[in-house]
Amino acid sequence: MALKTAKMAEQLELFGCIQCGKCTGGCPVARKTTLNIRSLIYHMLVDSDMDVDSHQELWDCTACFTCVERCPKDVEPAELVISLRGELVESGRVPETVGTALMGIFRQGNPSGMARQDRELWAEGMEESLEEAKQAAKEGCDLLYFVGCIPSYDQRIQPVARALLRTFENLGLDVGTLGTEESCCGNEVRRMGEVGLFEMLAEENGELFRSIGAGEMVTTSPHCFNTFKNEYGLDGVDVMHYTQLLAGLIEKGELTFPGSVVPEGEDKKVVTYHDPCFLGKQNQIYEEPRAILEAIPGVKLVEMDRNRERSLCCEGGGGRMWVEGTNLEERLAFQRVEEAAETGAEILAVACPFCLLTLEDAVKVKGLDEQLQVMDIMELVDLASKEDSGADLEADSEADLEA
Amino acid sequence: MERQKPAALIVGAGIAGIQAALDIANAGFPVYLVEREPSVGGRMAQLDKTFPTLDCSSCILTPKMVDVGQHPNIELMTYSEVESVEKDGDVFHVRVRKKPRYVDIDVCKGCGDCAEACRMKGRITSDFDEGITNRSAIYVPFPQAVPLKYTIDPDACLYLTRGVCGRTFKCKDACPAGAIDFEQEAEFVDVDVRAIIVATGFDLIDPETKPEYAYGVYPKVMTGIEFERLSDASGPTKGEILVDGEKPQDVVFVKCVGSRDPHTGVPYCSRVCCMYTAKHAHLVREKVPDANITVFYMDVRAFGKGYEEFYDRVRHERVTYRRGEPSEIYRKGDKLVVLAEDTTLGEPVEVEADLVVLATAIVPRTDMTDVAELLGMERSPDGFFQEADAKLRPVDTNVENIFVAGCCQSPKDIPDTVSEAKAAASSALRVLVRAREAVPA
Repeated sequence: MALKTAKMAEQLELFGCIQCGKCTGGCPVARKTTLNIRSLIYHMLVDSDMDVDSHQELWDCTACFTCVERCPKDVEPAELVISLRGELVESGRVPETVGTALMGIFRQGNPSGMARQDRELWAEGMEESLEEAKQAAKEGCDLLYFVGCIPSYDQRIQPVARALLRTFENLGLDVGTLGTEESCCGNEVRRMGEVGLFEMLAEENGELFRSIGAGEMVTTSPHCFNTFKNEYGLDGVDVMHYTQLLAGLIEKGELTFPGSVVPEGEDKKVVTYHDPCFLGKQNQIYEEPRAILEAIPGVKLVEMDRNRERSLCCEGGGGRMWVEGTNLEERLAFQRVEEAAETGAEILAVACPFCLLTLEDAVKVKGLDEQLQVMDIMELVDLASKEDSGADLEADSEADLEA
Repeated sequence: MERQKPAALIVGAGIAGIQAALDIANAGFPVYLVEREPSVGGRMAQLDKTFPTLDCSSCILTPKMVDVGQHPNIELMTYSEVESVEKDGDVFHVRVRKKPRYVDIDVCKGCGDCAEACRMKGRITSDFDEGITNRSAIYVPFPQAVPLKYTIDPDACLYLTRGVCGRTFKCKDACPAGAIDFEQEAEFVDVDVRAIIVATGFDLIDPETKPEYAYGVYPKVMTGIEFERLSDASGPTKGEILVDGEKPQDVVFVKCVGSRDPHTGVPYCSRVCCMYTAKHAHLVREKVPDANITVFYMDVRAFGKGYEEFYDRVRHERVTYRRGEPSEIYRKGDKLVVLAEDTTLGEPVEVEADLVVLATAIVPRTDMTDVAELLGMERSPDGFFQEADAKLRPVDTNVENIFVAGCCQSPKDIPDTVSEAKAAASSALRVLVRAREAVPA
């Protein structure tokens, strides 16, 4: 089925494009697949029809939005990818795994299709705290903690969510959370082109958030943060990623670290930080994560050559967690962990569940696991929040897993 | 200077202000030429060669600088700023503030012994050399400065910033003429003029507004104006193209850095970058004959007399023009890598570089608001001064008898700037002649 291009070209204001190629030039996947967003825009302008089915490379886009950030003419190239994916979604012609993820979200509120009632299993060992937070949400709280799908269900990320809840508790914040009532934020849903489902989620979630009336919201994931902040229209709610909240509290002197990430007397851990696209490039949050790392005792922060606005995408966004793309061999995450290793870092710190999973996997594949450990900033915060906690790092990043 | 005749004030002594001043002065009318910096010359003094003829910039500019310095009808007020302007009928009452140089310029011979002796020698960034070299706290911005008189930088001088400079003043001890005077204070000069020409010039966009090009991260990434200093035979490297002390083998030029980019707040074309980049490519070829030279471009705008011919010539000098705006620069070992899509190939490319030159956008000067307020002038949406009519009254402004010339009105090259300066001078002369005829001699 061919798409009539005229309407979409006009809706997306593709006529503003001057074909400079800055989008494709900066596209992290353009080097490894046939995806050429500049060329797609051109075809949208000069051809009357497009055979969207023939462009399977559309599923290679990670929605990192480097193209959007760099376009001199304010064209939003990634939005074309999303719209074209939308055409495929609408007619059901999507990779099977994308269909499964979308169905999981529709039925169970999460892309893995795990049971909705299991959504609070992340809080294992902290049941009391969870109940308190759920109660707080019911009664109306100042701060709403949105856990997110991956932190809720993925065993590797669950400790990050626990660390966050523990930290909120230690700080005595009036924090609430939704437990099994929480549903997927829809950030990746929109980017996979399923606009209808996204709008449904945004409406239902938005209503739920408003009913709680929290003035502040905080998320584990930059992806949830992005859509809540920029696409939900949550007027009057201050949506934050956890790195913003904690960096603010550190600056005010309210969050301090009694412990360290290394045992007393040992050299500091060399840590490098990978900017997640949804936090950095898309929301210009570059300094807060670094401010947290700088404040954690026992951390020596070093930078990779490509950092901040030039950070390399890990390839986990835009639905790519559920679709392999057309080039399995050359993963950007492989390149990224090698860049991290080059700095001499022992820890590659991240602030995003997707980055944590893709980069940790890459460390294993590249055989770097002896020298490089991938950790969420929250895990380091958690470690340094316990007195004499440094030794734990070698064994396990989270004490409560020992139980 | 014949003070009884109606006079003109010119604000800014770059090539526009210099040319306008000479035209008016040569017609027999007095001109007050006010320049904020210690020397006249402006941006053109910083340039190496000029396109498309490749004339040495300072060789064609310096004689004009000397002329304004010596002209009997020009009162040159350097290191000075217009403090206030009051319009009273056809007359502007203008107050000029002469900033203290802490050097008596009637006495200073320009020998430079003071700068040699200065305790801060080699420790103060030279703005003229775009930070490539360092100077003393007492300085002339460049050897051809007019006037060739020394100035003490109040932000750098130990005595002026901390109240103490060792036991004695090094510069004062060294000066054979006794020109140094730390007691000097700002002086105010009141003049009445009938016409004003505003020629305050431009700034260049901060390249760090495009963080993807990593300016400030890698010393191998520089701006076009820095390249001018590097290429200038009287510049810090005596005209040798040296990056980290070595001749670059792979040189990449990036055009439209900030320009044509509403995203950056610079929607317009800066109009000079296409041609100066072609000139830079030519200069690299001349100085590093075996270099690989790549120019990345979105469009090539070679619209002036002799420009397309120059662009043709440069390509024949083995300069590769590749269509595509680079998206990012990063490091790979000792080399930089420029990421772009070669849109003609339709493929992403990675081009290695030892030197990347960014053609940064021309932007309105940061103090445009103050100047506009001082003179009651309007600005166009792009921030530059608003001409009365873009086509038919290009150098008039909303204020009668205030005219504009050069890059403070919009980006333009030297030929256009000089044309505008001459137009503004002619417009001002019309006012002065009329005023002279109205006033009995």
